[in-house]
Amino acid sequence: MSLFKQTVFASALTLASAIGIAPGDAHEIKLGNIVIHHPWSRQSPRAADVAAGYMTIANTGKEDDRLVRATSEISASAQIHDMRMAGDVMRMEELPDGIVIPAGATVKLRPKGLHIMFTGLRQQVMEGEEFSGTLTFEKAGTVSVNYEVAAPGGDMSDMH
Amino acid sequence: MKLKNKRAILIAAVASILVAGAAAWFADDLLRGPNQSSVFEIGGPFVLASSRGGVVDSKKLAGKPYAVFFGFTHCPEVCPTTLYEMSNSLAALGDVAKDFRVFFITVDPERDTLEAMKDYVANFDPRIEALVPTEDQLKQLAPDFRVYYARVPTNDGGYTMDHTASIFLFDSSGRFSGTISYGEAAEMRQAKLRKLLLS
Repeated sequence: MSLFKQTVFASALTLASAIGIAPGDAHEIKLGNIVIHHPWSRQSPRAADVAAGYMTIANTGKEDDRLVRATSEISASAQIHDMRMAGDVMRMEELPDGIVIPAGATVKLRPKGLHIMFTGLRQQVMEGEEFSGTLTFEKAGTVSVNYEVAAPGGDMSDMH
Repeated sequence: MKLKNKRAILIAAVASILVAGAAAWFADDLLRGPNQSSVFEIGGPFVLASSRGGVVDSKKLAGKPYAVFFGFTHCPEVCPTTLYEMSNSLAALGDVAKDFRVFFITVDPERDTLEAMKDYVANFDPRIEALVPTEDQLKQLAPDFRVYYARVPTNDGGYTMDHTASIFLFDSSGRFSGTISYGEAAEMRQAKLRKLLLS
């Protein structure tokens, strides 16, 4: 590592600790064997009644678990949905049994795929803001998470 | 409803759309006769209520290219993303797109009233205009555009919509000239729009 890189790295670490971010992951939530990385959403249009939530969920345990329920402070309800493109057709399906998080596996909720659908929005979701919600897993239980809000059309899927 | 049943209904719905589409295609060829163009035609005449008041009559659009996108406002991803991307494209295209019109037609007229659509499109570039068909108009329009749409019930008693997510492009003579798919790269989208606008 060059001296420059070392300096940059050291400064970054100092900055991170100064503003209270643990090195390694800025936005990671642990609940038993479940590790949730970086929940995020997108700015919703004004007058929109829905928004989507995305994140990465890892199961470090030896047994499958299942995301069965979600809530949020911004919406009357939240459903677990799958979205697929079948050719040019966008297909949406509610997953009433939730999403299985297999033992040792990582499942991504991301645009064009699995997501939390917030319905009955109480307020517009704005870029740069955060909102809270809960996720309930069959085995691991319930945890609070904060969703970071990206720009309209933005994508934070690969951020950790 | 069991998931299996839902899937069966969905498959039946898709199959019937495909059959109807194929039938329409061949009937079209037969009616045209052998000497006529057999270019795959998409689109059809429409007169629909507009978020700007009054109606938009497709017959009066000739002379300027336009685009059509079908969606609904209770759409968490595809519709707002498509409309934001289109807004960005229009801003980036500058003067060539000055008179370009983009019509956002709802496939959910039950919830998407003119008022709701007007509020919704206010989020986007002013060249994007909302059109609200009646259920009957939508039934006629969708096959013309080879557009699929269907209600998908949710457990809370509500519903969401499946729908064709492509943008349809029409040239200045009102002829279908291509599509932009959901998720297509920004440069490709931009190139298609520029080509359409300069044609």
